Amino acid sequence: MRGYPHSRALMLTALLALAGCDQYPPVESTQQGFRGTAMVELAEPGADPAAAAQAAVPAALPQVPPGGPKAGDVYKNVQVLGHLDAGQFGRLMASITAWVAPKEGCAYCHEAADFADDSKYTKVVSRRMIEMTLAINTGWTDHVKETGVTCYTCHAGQNIPTNHWAKDPGPVRRSRFDGNQGGQNFPVRSVGLSSLPFDPYTPFLLGASEIRVNAPQALPTQPPHAPDILSAEKTYGLMMHMSDSLGVNCTFCHNSRAFAVWEESNPQRATAWHGIRMVREINADYIEPLAPVFPQNRQGALGDPFKANCSTCHQGLNKPLGGLSMLKDHPELGTPAPPPATTTAAATEE
Amino acid sequence: MPMLSFERKYRVRGGTLLGGDLFDFWIGPFYVGFFGVTGAFFTILGTALILYGAALGPTWNVWQINIAPPDLSYGLGLAPLKEGGLWQIITVCALGSFGSWALREVEISRKLGIGLHVPFAFSVAIFAYFTLVVIRPLLMGAWGHGFPYGILSHLDWVSNTGYQYLHFHYNPAHMLAVTFFFTTTFALSLHGSLILSATNPGAGEEVKTPEHENTFFRDAIGYSIGTLGIHRLGLFLALSAGFWSAVCIVISGPFWSKGWPEWWNWWLSLPIW
Repeated sequence: MRGYPHSRALMLTALLALAGCDQYPPVESTQQGFRGTAMVELAEPGADPAAAAQAAVPAALPQVPPGGPKAGDVYKNVQVLGHLDAGQFGRLMASITAWVAPKEGCAYCHEAADFADDSKYTKVVSRRMIEMTLAINTGWTDHVKETGVTCYTCHAGQNIPTNHWAKDPGPVRRSRFDGNQGGQNFPVRSVGLSSLPFDPYTPFLLGASEIRVNAPQALPTQPPHAPDILSAEKTYGLMMHMSDSLGVNCTFCHNSRAFAVWEESNPQRATAWHGIRMVREINADYIEPLAPVFPQNRQGALGDPFKANCSTCHQGLNKPLGGLSMLKDHPELGTPAPPPATTTAAATEE
Repeated sequence: MPMLSFERKYRVRGGTLLGGDLFDFWIGPFYVGFFGVTGAFFTILGTALILYGAALGPTWNVWQINIAPPDLSYGLGLAPLKEGGLWQIITVCALGSFGSWALREVEISRKLGIGLHVPFAFSVAIFAYFTLVVIRPLLMGAWGHGFPYGILSHLDWVSNTGYQYLHFHYNPAHMLAVTFFFTTTFALSLHGSLILSATNPGAGEEVKTPEHENTFFRDAIGYSIGTLGIHRLGLFLALSAGFWSAVCIVISGPFWSKGWPEWWNWWLSLPIW
């Protein structure tokens, strides 16, 4: 070390830098690919967010024996779930109360004097959300598998799921010589505090923009024009959101030596691919059309309703609720509703 | 093999760290020494094991030969030869070989009566490698966290390891290391162009002296670090690059398991905004 007084200063700086970090070895690591490829998930030691999420799940109500009259025959204005047994229907309504409005009770959606009345916007929204839940559990099994979802998966006892988004007007900026920044350099949670475009949701989770990073061939000058750098940045913004929502890193799905190649990706990537399409359907077909129904305190800055993204369900876990299936206690949410014609007939018969 | 005219002056006995006079001799132009023997042993054994590993593998394509570390499930234990054990022995051989070379440099420096600058500089490179394949795997609890030995496979490892932290360019020590790497090459290019210019004068001109070199840089940027100083600066920049590389990887995992962009949250939470 003779002649190198700075080496001691370097060591000291390194120690100070380490002291700034908030965790110490050993880290918990899970191998996701062939040995030596560094496809590894890391977690802070001792942390078990899945167990915490599962502990908060309300106990399933006791099953009601099958049989008896149908809900559509007993109650008025049952448009979606009329095919259920009345007992089963009542149990589901009580469960939904525990899942979505445990404090407010039935009156959060229903007029106390007339439960069939549709004047509260919450009831109109709930009906559409029940249709959405049935559609997810029956039509999107490529994403939700056998686990399925219930209202609780997103709502978790809250009127509005904690993680939601609305269109972002963007930070106010005066015009500058460097012009349009493409939404970059505003450290926001939606893109993991990185310098990527701040709104990955509107193009990818409401619209159906292509999720592309780079051109498949060199010098892509011929049409169709290959994705440009801006589309790569937007895509990485979406990926930051997915990573943050699922509590995983890039190698959970991708082998980064060839992000786009399906043969080298983990199977989770296919699940995520279906998930992106599922969220687009949720936002475009179920939530956006409800825009006229929502009051102002349920709208974003630009007047659009609060929408779903990956974190709405996942809430930091790669499997929502750590893979706990609430659907098995509520098989009625996993079977398709009869065609609308039948329910309309039932409604008019009453 | 004939000796160069000045070599006789430096071929002196003594200065050995181990083995006394036993290996204190030359084979042709090469000094042997105790660490020459250990170095040759580890190098030959390690290279032979790499060839064995390549023979076990699916390819002889030199780009694609891959000798991977064990699965994480083996933790800090020994793995079967064909499932990462080879990697473990080759790692021991590599460290034995690099360490022998550094100590042989120490012995030669002692013979020459010069400082230990060269072995110290090489030791920083060994330290960076040691950090990657020993310190960090130890801290993370599995040899499988080491990088695989293969031209392309180790690059794949680097890429995926970076993406484990979402965006490695936000790693503050990586920023320092990259900056030092660029600065050391920049300094070398300035120094090299200066020396080449001074020693290759135009037709009819004389070779320029250090005074001329100093004057050029005093004119150009107002300061010249000098003939000795530029080499001290170069050593500092180069070693800092290697040192901060080691720091940037050893903090990734053992001391930080989230995305590196998120680390900068402390900056956003400063009360000055």
